[in-house]
Amino acid sequence: MIDWLLEPFRFSFMQTGLTAALLVGITCATLGAYVVLRRMAFIGDALAHTVLPGLVVAYLGGWSLFGGALLAGLLTALGIGWVSRRGAVREDTAIGVLFTAMFALGILLMSRVRSFRDLSHILFGNVLGVRTVDLVQMAAIAAGVLLTLFLLHKELELTSYDPTYAEVIGLSADRMRMVLLVLLAFTVVACIQIVGVILTSAMLVTPAAAAALLTNRLPRMMGLATLIAIGSSLIGLYASYYADVASGAAIVLTCTAFFGLAWMIHTLRAQGTAG
Amino acid sequence: MNLFYGHRRYVEMIPDAPALAIDRLTVGYAGLPEPVLHEVSLVLPAGVRAALLGPNGSGKSTLLKAVAGLLRPRSGTIRIYGRPVGACHHRVAYLPQRGDVDWRFPVTVERMVLAGRYVHLGWLRRPGDEDRERVMAVLGKLGLEQLARRQISQLSGGQQQRALLARALVQEADLLLLDEPLSAVDVASRRIIDEALNELRNQGKTILMTTHHLDRIDEEFDLAFALQDGTLQQVAQTLPTLEGV
Repeated sequence: MIDWLLEPFRFSFMQTGLTAALLVGITCATLGAYVVLRRMAFIGDALAHTVLPGLVVAYLGGWSLFGGALLAGLLTALGIGWVSRRGAVREDTAIGVLFTAMFALGILLMSRVRSFRDLSHILFGNVLGVRTVDLVQMAAIAAGVLLTLFLLHKELELTSYDPTYAEVIGLSADRMRMVLLVLLAFTVVACIQIVGVILTSAMLVTPAAAAALLTNRLPRMMGLATLIAIGSSLIGLYASYYADVASGAAIVLTCTAFFGLAWMIHTLRAQGTAG
Repeated sequence: MNLFYGHRRYVEMIPDAPALAIDRLTVGYAGLPEPVLHEVSLVLPAGVRAALLGPNGSGKSTLLKAVAGLLRPRSGTIRIYGRPVGACHHRVAYLPQRGDVDWRFPVTVERMVLAGRYVHLGWLRRPGDEDRERVMAVLGKLGLEQLARRQISQLSGGQQQRALLARALVQEADLLLLDEPLSAVDVASRRIIDEALNELRNQGKTILMTTHHLDRIDEEFDLAFALQDGTLQQVAQTLPTLEGV
């Protein structure tokens, strides 16, 4: 049994794959608590698409692809925050408008260029093809995001459920939302390089959504979401090794299974209290 | 060292200044040319409990929001203990109607009330034991101690209103702005809130609240103002004349 468990990780690509999946899982699951509670589930997906023009421009100019993607992601995040500040436009509308515009801009730029093989790798990612430099980058971003969430916990929490009270005590709810959007931009850009768009979106939403069904404390929700993300990464990687299936997809589907389980527990509990 | 929200805390109040002095205040909402309040003036001495009356849509909530700093005046001035709005956030507590809170958010009653301490803590500092003790004391006073660890959606309407009042008490504000704290509230909650407000007034705090309950108004309030069609129509100390409002 131990041998069976340890065998996959004799390979260095499995070790880096596991490290990458864990870093992505922990960061996304924690940040995902806010994404789910503030009904921003759409945004991970949106940000992942908006980095396209940044990638194309960076590629054409021969600059760092990561830098280009990050710049585009940050611009979109700030744009969404700015357009929807003070509730002038609803946030989901702002996201819809800006992300399609950025994606279209990316396509437009791409249609001017022919050879574009590097981009498909970045958009779809491959957990088992991660380079050490990506890992270091991801680790730095994970540390920064988690530290920010820890230090600004009470402010982010309060502005999430009672922005009016926050404003009255001089704490700008719009500014805290901007902080969250910037953290999301960093996370999404780092994650899609490693694991691609789908795994990133799934990790931002599914573990946190499952955890939300099981607890009604925010810190506990973040902890549970992280555990679910770690568990899904491990199970997904074993499945990928032993059943020879795509690792990212296996991780996502394991997350979904956890969500199904959480939903069942939640439903049974609700029936228990009702009956 | 404290890093306060908005950078400007503990500005001293001006001695003998009224708790609230509003001078020819005009306020409206963005996108609407007509202001909701038109040149409203009002002086509220410190240590009184005042009612703000008026029909729906007369601008009662708008007035409270302007004083709380949530709406910027188009013209006119607001002075709180002689200082402009936002000069000392901890002095002003505002209780919105319950709709402004996301009650399904995973936070307990205790934790929500604890947020009343944040204005004193500012950035980076975490609430300590002393803050928690104050929260428990206030929860006890408002009859919520048994519910402290409940998630906030598991409270009744009256209990939610008491929890919001608890947060304002924990904040130790000097001027309390309460928007319909007694609407849709059960009898027990109404009595508890009423007692808490009396105690505050006796401590020298100032209370301005909107209300629809006219029945016991001269017992419960020292002063009453009535808003109609965006102008402050009447200021009264005794209220039999206000029956028609």
